[in-house]
Amino acid sequence: MKMLLEGSHAVAEAVRLCHPQVIAAYPITPQTHIIEHLAQMVANGELSSEFISAESEYAAASVVLGAVATGTRAFTASASQGLLLMTEVLFNIAGLRLPVVMVCANRAVGAPINIFCDHQDSMALRDAGWIQLYVSSNQEAVDSIIQAYRIAEACELPVMICMDGFFLTHAFEPVDIPEQTAVDTFLPPYQFSRMLDPKKPMTLGGGSEPDNYLEYRAALHNDMEKTLDRIQRVGSDFSQQFGRGYGGLVEGYRLEDAEIVFVGLGSLIGAVQDLIDQLREQGQLVGALRLRCFRPFPAAALVRSLSSAKRIIVMEKAFSAGAGGIVATELRAALYQAGLSIPVDNFIGGLGGRDITPSILEQIFHTSVSSDAAIDCRFINKDDMSHAEGNATTPGEGD
Amino acid sequence: MDTRDQFRTNVLTSGHRACAGCGEAMAARMVTDLIGPDAIYINATGCLQVFTTHNQQSAWQAPWMHSVFANSAAVASGVEAALRARGRSTPVVVQAGDGGTFDIGLQCLSGMIERGHDVLFVCYDNEAYMNTGVQRSSSTPHAVRTTTSPPGRLSEGKHHLKKDVISIIAAHHMPYAATATVAYFPDLKAKVEKAMSLKGPRFLQVLSPCPLGWDHDAALTVQISRLAVETGLFPLIEMEYGDVTGVMRLARQRPIEDYLHLQGRFKHLFGHQNDNGNVEIRHLQALADARIQRYGLLDAETEWTTASAAQTERHGRGGYSISAVKQEVSS
Repeated sequence: MKMLLEGSHAVAEAVRLCHPQVIAAYPITPQTHIIEHLAQMVANGELSSEFISAESEYAAASVVLGAVATGTRAFTASASQGLLLMTEVLFNIAGLRLPVVMVCANRAVGAPINIFCDHQDSMALRDAGWIQLYVSSNQEAVDSIIQAYRIAEACELPVMICMDGFFLTHAFEPVDIPEQTAVDTFLPPYQFSRMLDPKKPMTLGGGSEPDNYLEYRAALHNDMEKTLDRIQRVGSDFSQQFGRGYGGLVEGYRLEDAEIVFVGLGSLIGAVQDLIDQLREQGQLVGALRLRCFRPFPAAALVRSLSSAKRIIVMEKAFSAGAGGIVATELRAALYQAGLSIPVDNFIGGLGGRDITPSILEQIFHTSVSSDAAIDCRFINKDDMSHAEGNATTPGEGD
Repeated sequence: MDTRDQFRTNVLTSGHRACAGCGEAMAARMVTDLIGPDAIYINATGCLQVFTTHNQQSAWQAPWMHSVFANSAAVASGVEAALRARGRSTPVVVQAGDGGTFDIGLQCLSGMIERGHDVLFVCYDNEAYMNTGVQRSSSTPHAVRTTTSPPGRLSEGKHHLKKDVISIIAAHHMPYAATATVAYFPDLKAKVEKAMSLKGPRFLQVLSPCPLGWDHDAALTVQISRLAVETGLFPLIEMEYGDVTGVMRLARQRPIEDYLHLQGRFKHLFGHQNDNGNVEIRHLQALADARIQRYGLLDAETEWTTASAAQTERHGRGGYSISAVKQEVSS
């Protein structure tokens, strides 16, 4: 049923449809509305779940860890400092191969403290062993949560749905909330092979030594890579049943003959697509590629989509201090590995919730095409922005 | 299908890697056998986890899970919530050391109790971080030698008092909190059975001597834990909803030296050129006396009055002040 919903409310509706029996959370902006809606659903009897108000995000992650190991589907959500406080437990969940699903309402990381959107929080968790899907709309958030449970439970690996804080969590959009019967058809009941059960006693999380630790960790990497197929398949199953798809791993926009391709993740892609339309009208051969799945890194899918590009512009909302853009660095490595020497320009912007307006994107495009050498890592700072705003053709538009 | 070995129903089986005379192994064997295999056990990181699970081997014959150091009470909260959601009544038991209880695990434990989860949390208290090689914890008693509270020219061991964790736990207004040791099995048994007969969050603090960390003869584990009780240093008590509802009274009080001289961790207090060691011994005696007074463990008067014992307890660091030490350093 199509409804006008706040992003957080839509997420809560999607979670309700998946019937998690245990929900644990600790409030943090901009995640709070998600858990408030879930708490209300439980209070109203619309959702039969144990709602655990944890005393920290660290505990919330631990509660869902315990719940999933005891044979129930579970849900948690966090952001920013809270996500980083969970870090130890999130690595542990992946190492224990527990199919936890969570939402990260992407937010900047302090200091300085800032409650607004960028991708630094979930990007910092990129090595944790969690599948990470970055969504670009509230509809995709809803659909991806339903997909996430199926992916996680089939692969016995955790999935993090990353959605832009405020830009999505607090935005009202028309969202189609699927019917319960349709979700039940798509998502089989939760089964866990290593459940804690006195009838079948098992030891989970025992010690390891130098002579076998590496094999466990290598298996995690190999199994993560294998999930690429599963993510794609679950995505196409979903679009077959529900009529909506997001490309599985990556989503292209007007890529067919594109020579210059914008690459980005999250809600930013809407503004990028508008710019592509505008530049196409001017006769420029441009396109866009949205990275939906960042972990596992879909190197092959990226190389396939980008092999005929002449220049790539990576626009990202996070960086590794002292190294530069994260997506650009990994993309360059993938292209090099495939024998392609396509220049990749790296722009970092939108940090701490700053708007990336269409005019700024246009400025980035012109900076990129007029540069001879590839731009290694460039922050879109205030000077760039004021310059771009001066030439703005569509002032006041945000992403 | 029930895949348990029908003939070996003990929860913690033999073949694990605990040291000879390990108080924690003894305590865990007693506690888990009293509870039985029809329970789910969550373990914090620590000696018990290390010596019972190693390279694909496990000494546990019950469902057992270890996640990380600090979160065992929160993991147990999730396990219990999941069982409740599935309509199961399987008991949930946490096992943690004093580090995982008094220090790094205290926040998760407090949250678990505040939310009223139906979980028994068992702390095997060996009064230091033994798994990492004997570092002081907030459970380490005053004046104890550890690797991070070493005695030296300016120090007589740990400067701070053992945290009164049972009072902190009981202040959550929870159904049951009790202390026990491996020396008094009938008492431990009664407390485990009582804890298992109740619903809601329950807590057991089991004093578990560590021959390695306490530096005592491995054959003396039981004797030393008995002395901890008989000197008044470790009172055996029960608390329900914040009130003391049971104590094991003492027939007579043993002098503190009887307990101290068996353990290398107190050795630096004896045979001192100056008086500092004696001051610390008197201080430990005062702490024991204060506990005897507080819980009414004896009919007779103790050597120290309640007022002077309490004063000593407040001041910490025995009879000499920190400023005196600072003067000595600066001169």
